[in-house]
Amino acid sequence: RGCGPRSAGGSASCAGCASGWRPSWRGGDTAEQEEDGERERDEAACGARQPSAAEPARGDAGDAEDEDGARGLRERLAAELARGDSGDADEEDEDDDEEEEEGSLGFPAELPPLPARSALSAAEILRYSRQLVLPELGVRGQLRLARSSVLVVGCGGLGCPLAQYLAAAGVGRLGLVDHDVVETSNLQRQVLHGEARRGRPKARSAAAALRRLNSAVQYVPYRGALRPRSALRLVRQYDIVADCSDNVPTRYLVSDACVLAGKPLVSGSALRLEGQLAVYNYRGGPCYRCLFPRPPPPDTVTNCADGGVLGAVTGIIGCLQALEVLKIASGMGSSLSGYMLMFDALEGRFRNIKLRPRKADCAVCGDSPSVTCLQDYEAFCGSCATDKCRALQLLPGADRVSVQQYKALLDARVPHVLLDVRPPVEAEICRLPHALHIPLRSLQDRDQESLQRLQNRIGEEKQRTDDQTPLPVYVVCKLGNDSQKAVKILQELPAEEFGSVVAKDIKGGLMAWATKIDSTFPQY
Amino acid sequence: MAAPVSLQVEFGGGAELLFDGVKKHQVTLPCQPEPWDIRNLLKWIKQNMLKERPELFLQGESVRPGILVLINEADWELMGELDYKLQDQDNVLFISTLHGG
Ligand SMILES: [Zn+2]
Repeated sequence: RGCGPRSAGGSASCAGCASGWRPSWRGGDTAEQEEDGERERDEAACGARQPSAAEPARGDAGDAEDEDGARGLRERLAAELARGDSGDADEEDEDDDEEEEEGSLGFPAELPPLPARSALSAAEILRYSRQLVLPELGVRGQLRLARSSVLVVGCGGLGCPLAQYLAAAGVGRLGLVDHDVVETSNLQRQVLHGEARRGRPKARSAAAALRRLNSAVQYVPYRGALRPRSALRLVRQYDIVADCSDNVPTRYLVSDACVLAGKPLVSGSALRLEGQLAVYNYRGGPCYRCLFPRPPPPDTVTNCADGGVLGAVTGIIGCLQALEVLKIASGMGSSLSGYMLMFDALEGRFRNIKLRPRKADCAVCGDSPSVTCLQDYEAFCGSCATDKCRALQLLPGADRVSVQQYKALLDARVPHVLLDVRPPVEAEICRLPHALHIPLRSLQDRDQESLQRLQNRIGEEKQRTDDQTPLPVYVVCKLGNDSQKAVKILQELPAEEFGSVVAKDIKGGLMAWATKIDSTFPQY
Repeated sequence: MAAPVSLQVEFGGGAELLFDGVKKHQVTLPCQPEPWDIRNLLKWIKQNMLKERPELFLQGESVRPGILVLINEADWELMGELDYKLQDQDNVLFISTLHGG
């Protein structure tokens, strides 16, 4: 199957690849980039596995205007037959089809440009009539939308509403990037994914939902994280990029890739009850690095899992992002270049902040840039591009116990204090009944009333012991990060007041307790 | 001798959590020999408003990376950054950038 060693640049390096292989994106979301799936991709591109006639024909790419109309029609007919329905596919069946094909198809080496269009069909005129009569858009704007491709980085709280409105409005092609699978805690804000999609890749789930909304749009799901080695090649294939990601390294990666590829970036973010929106690298305006030349210290960054977020807030920001994308794509132009729109949901207030212009000394878009290719952004930011590895290691192993070890201590009725240091709002959600609750913040502030409660509880427990050995204080939080910080504080408490104690944290926190010890304990 | 300066100091994007969760603060800076600038305001905030963990807000004599400073709703870069001379009734907003989605 050899095409020889693959080049660093990607898959289209073999002369033999070009012939015979039909890009599988035509089949909608059959084209898929698996995480770290370059091998599969290369095999597909090299013709190691030729798609059969039926495969690309799962066909909902809606290419009625395809220059090869007869083949398109044949393929779509085959697809309808293969699906055993006449277009109104039950959503579960559709998903099952996708599941069967998972991992079997390669990555589209290069997406062909969307065809230029000179007129709308009668069906399109009817479908888009409410926006066609807007003089700011009109037929000309609609035709531009149909030729536009948008890369959506992140199919979560922002990406779902963004992609939904872009698909409904009739953009030509949507690339959908997400490394994650749908989880129950996503459903509150990631409104394209239904209950039945839990456990399925988000990129694929989004494509399936969007296809039901507008089958004329081409959807290209990429199941995998955007990575420095592939980001530039991907971004170059799209006209506009929407950053709907949830972490700092990805924000720098997307921004740098957009500068290097010369693409406008519509960037949204949301947390708690606030949101922010900006358009970068557009018509001479600043890029993300112009604003933020240095990344924030990792311990100052809060994600949605820890800080919380309301779905209506991500929805508002995602819709605003969609609006700016539509304005850019249709030729109206964005009014937000050089501005940041900030939304405070509690106050019901928007602010439009005037930003600095492009910086001549910017590391990537400046006059003599030092960043000329994509870097290791996780190292640059000191944090992970996925939120799966947030575990801190502040304490030596001897100062930590597993949930299993703690369960054994509990069963053996060993005298101890269990200290829960989560914020009050989380303790209200669920708690272990025997735990003493003192938020980490109160410990950090050395709150006297809280320390007194701790001292009292330690005194009570000590009456059950011989008072010779130090009393163990086990500290627990949600995931085992804050508990380590609390242990460090407890280790500095004066022994004359608190007596002899030894503080340890419970690794993985209450979520580990829920998954490994007590499955009835709520996860959140 | 510069007259006292009254400001509205605001925090957002989570930065308010370092200030008891309060977003809007009416601040009156006392008389002092030199005019008040942002550099001095940051020192004053550290001494008078920021009780714990100043490293989550400040770095050196400036704000930490990831906090945008806005003076009367404009990026402080446009206004002279640390050297901006505060005027009575100015609005100074410190916004922590959000990354969630
Ligand atoms: Zn720049």
